[in-house]
Amino acid sequence: MSILGNRVLRVEDPKLLTAGGTYVDDVELPGAVELCYVRSPHAHAGVVSIDTEAARRAPGVLDVLTAADLALAPIVQHLPGIPAEMARPFLAGDRVRFVGEAVAVVLAETRAEAADGAALVEVEYDPLPAVVALEHAASGETLLFPAAGSNVAARIAPAPAPSSAPGAAAPGAEGSIFDDCEVVVSERFVNQRLAPCPLEVRAAAAVLGEDGRLTHWSTSQTPFAVRQALAGALGVEEGKIRVIAPDVGGGFGAKNGDYPDELLVGVLAHRLGRPVRWCETRSESMLALGHGRAQQQTITLGGSRDGRLRAYRLEVVQDCGAYPLLASFLPHLTRAMASGTYDIERVEFESVSLVTTTAPVVAYRGAGRPEAAAAIERAVDRFAAEIGMDPAELRRRNLVGPQRFPFENPTGTVYDCGDYAAALERLLEASDYDSIRAEQAARRSCGETVELGIGLAVYVEITGAADLGGEWSAVEMLPDGTAVVRTGTSAHGQGHATAWSMLVSDALGIPIDAVRFVQSDTDLVARGVGTFGSRSLQTGGVAARQAAERVVELARELAGELLEADPADLVVDPGGGGIGVVGTPTARRSWAELAAAAAERGTPLRAEVDFTPPGGTFPFGAHLAVVEVDTETGGVRLVRLVAVDDAGRILNPLLADGQVHGGLAQGVAQALLEEFVYDAEGNPLTTTLADYLFVTAAELPSFESLRMETPTPRNPLGAKGIGESGTIGSTVAVQNAVVDALAGRGVRHLDMPLSPERVWQSLAATG
Amino acid sequence: MIPAAFEYRRVGSVAEAIAALSADEDAKLLAGGHSLLPLMKLRLAVPSLLIDLGGVPSLSYVRDGGDHLAIGALTRHCDVERSDLVRRSAPLLAYVAGQVGDPQVRHRGTIGGSIAHGDPASDLPAAVLALEATLVVEGPDGERTIPAGELFLGFLETSLRPGEVLTEIRVPRSPGGWSFQKFNRRAQDWAIVGAVIATAPSGRPNVALVNMAATPVRAAATESALAAGAGTEEAARLAADGLEPPSDLNASPEYRRHLASVLVRRGLEEAAARDGAA
Repeated sequence: MSILGNRVLRVEDPKLLTAGGTYVDDVELPGAVELCYVRSPHAHAGVVSIDTEAARRAPGVLDVLTAADLALAPIVQHLPGIPAEMARPFLAGDRVRFVGEAVAVVLAETRAEAADGAALVEVEYDPLPAVVALEHAASGETLLFPAAGSNVAARIAPAPAPSSAPGAAAPGAEGSIFDDCEVVVSERFVNQRLAPCPLEVRAAAAVLGEDGRLTHWSTSQTPFAVRQALAGALGVEEGKIRVIAPDVGGGFGAKNGDYPDELLVGVLAHRLGRPVRWCETRSESMLALGHGRAQQQTITLGGSRDGRLRAYRLEVVQDCGAYPLLASFLPHLTRAMASGTYDIERVEFESVSLVTTTAPVVAYRGAGRPEAAAAIERAVDRFAAEIGMDPAELRRRNLVGPQRFPFENPTGTVYDCGDYAAALERLLEASDYDSIRAEQAARRSCGETVELGIGLAVYVEITGAADLGGEWSAVEMLPDGTAVVRTGTSAHGQGHATAWSMLVSDALGIPIDAVRFVQSDTDLVARGVGTFGSRSLQTGGVAARQAAERVVELARELAGELLEADPADLVVDPGGGGIGVVGTPTARRSWAELAAAAAERGTPLRAEVDFTPPGGTFPFGAHLAVVEVDTETGGVRLVRLVAVDDAGRILNPLLADGQVHGGLAQGVAQALLEEFVYDAEGNPLTTTLADYLFVTAAELPSFESLRMETPTPRNPLGAKGIGESGTIGSTVAVQNAVVDALAGRGVRHLDMPLSPERVWQSLAATG
Repeated sequence: MIPAAFEYRRVGSVAEAIAALSADEDAKLLAGGHSLLPLMKLRLAVPSLLIDLGGVPSLSYVRDGGDHLAIGALTRHCDVERSDLVRRSAPLLAYVAGQVGDPQVRHRGTIGGSIAHGDPASDLPAAVLALEATLVVEGPDGERTIPAGELFLGFLETSLRPGEVLTEIRVPRSPGGWSFQKFNRRAQDWAIVGAVIATAPSGRPNVALVNMAATPVRAAATESALAAGAGTEEAARLAADGLEPPSDLNASPEYRRHLASVLVRRGLEEAAARDGAA
């Protein structure tokens, strides 16, 4: 019987929970130079001068370097359309563009001496106006990059998609796409800026070997990209660099990218010939690790009074922060998923991505898709309230039907498969929707001060987007009877060691602990893209499975020769005995024997596969939140969160649960708690975990998580990604619930986070 | 997150602590460290010397003092929370101690450390105000007592003199109704606003507020109104009268005033219900 689909315990946990992992800052590197960055206290300023003399004289300080000393070209982003003038320097030169941008680096014998030295570096700044509000950025009144001529980093022009429904009013020309709509609602939403807050902050360590090769340890989700960036900065071949991402304590997308303060560790180790290391503090991490979300959205949704949605427009202003990194690209993902699970004839999208004097915005769990889901799901609730229809019923009337797949949405994204109505009905039944509505009405009728709110979201998202390529995996059977699987993805908490071992163990019929998992080391893995965007199982996992199957084929050929049997009669013994003739237990060769024989012949039992899926996959589901809102204090308590998620065929429900639970928690956190705040002068106000309200278990109910499995045809495992869907449905479900609780008191919309004061003020305003 | 350099001395007695404290005006006492160490890591506090009281065993106790309860200043929050004696004689204090921070904080932080820090956003300073506790301090000139109402002078400023060490908190037996209404966004956070209701030796409710001024503070207008015979609702509306609450990311002064009224009303109602049940 196959172990696939079973709740196999995580093989990585015994070490992580007992001996502890080996994180970058645990790497032993005797004699390493410690770095500490001098960071700008100004959001926007000219750098007049940097006096490093006092710091240089401080105990233990070896050197202090500025941009002029480094003489490094800025880091080029591999994203389309970003103005070259906006490239990010390793250290700020004549201008700083956000609080926390590094202007100098202190090299010292110890970490404490480096920090003391940094405090002695005197930088003279000439303050410039901060650009925080997106309206200010758009006005171009103050330019971050005068040479670029504007603050626009990227743009998606409004191109009305052709109507797919015959007989619909012709879009474009003179008319608006809303011309035939009886009801049109419009609203402006803020999808607020978040700090990703991985438990492990960023760190790097590097040493130049006697062979002239650099080894660089990184907390990255994409070690091969780090190698490429380092090679570029050093002007050496990639083969001269080994990048290792050892145990990594979470990333949520933010540890995917070329960060100058990390790369400089490798650069300086190469230049100095001495080991170098750096580990940011939590306060630094809040400033200098990229942020997430940060979209301003204007929605317009039109349809008929009987609840048929016909036209939707989404306008996005994306805050990129000081340098356009991945944020400039996020609106493309928002656009791809703009109409969500709904069959809306006409959809228009436009976006502009602007630079502001704040920390750069990068990918964060969901990256562009939670923003799309939040917009359409809030819009649908807003429309339901306008026509006085139950939001579940309005959704029911407009979902893309299960017979329509593959379904091309009006922005040109082709969904693989799904049954959105089934997810919604399952959710309504599991949550006993009608009873909660009845309780809500009962509370209202007796005027209770604590209102009940119910929020829904029916989401679809894209994972493993095809333009990000495939992944490489290799499987080798060793003469000791164990197998090694190597892969190009780079897990940082997800449990790939367990998942990949299950895939290989199942194919070879060997115990799961006879599989060794290797990742995240550019010397031990041939090539890789990395782990982000919920792509790993459907790329690297599939490649690992196919490589294991090829090893079985090689072994059958070999066993056929050894046993003088027809390979067609040979099967894998699921009990770990190797390969033998069907029905003849004695005619068998163990894996150890086969691997030894193969090695003797110089043809090891080894196969490698590059698997590139034909397209992305589209996980979907329906989430329901129940909240209590204390109308006296404005306090919100999340009472229930029910989630139906479908990520195709599930390899290991335990791992899937972990992803769903973490995603739901972070989703709830955005709705109720988290926001990274800058004041009008660009000063960050939430730089500690006391001010930035990271969610804890005490604020969360026990999740009610249900699963559907609709296998995707786009890979042989039938698997879609499940790393991000928790955040995509839950955030807006909770937001909808809070607005729903207050609907009877005249509240139409509230932005996130739904802080008690914001809720209280909305009640004070309406009532 | 790396503090500036400092000296560290672990002392074995209160006398040793007083001597060390008197010798260096930039020295600070370490009595749990959950307020001081984060400030040091951000280099907002830069003491020259940390005098660790952790090695003074005689400062951690809960004793029956007859008409009062005597609690050693180094008693950890979790021990106050769980002490049967505190639960019987001053259940409000046991409850408040259990609302401080999270379990890790309550296993490190001490009642004396929290009170001497004098943070208006902390729960225990307001509790000792409402309970009319007395603080025992020892200094170069010997021992003296300070009524809780005379301890808190300004933001993080107390009437402790240079060289003085808080050694004991004396809490009058408080048999009447009580309540602590703590409003925050996460269980582990400081209160956005808190309201402590205790029954005074006179039998009337004392009302103290958390995070409503530069110091922990009594809701004087509410107390006067109650003394004059006002109803709960009416008295609670006056909770923020005369106060200038702080403004921060979680709350504007206006919202804090509103919260104070709601929480005081709820607190008075709960205290009355407890009193009736007793």
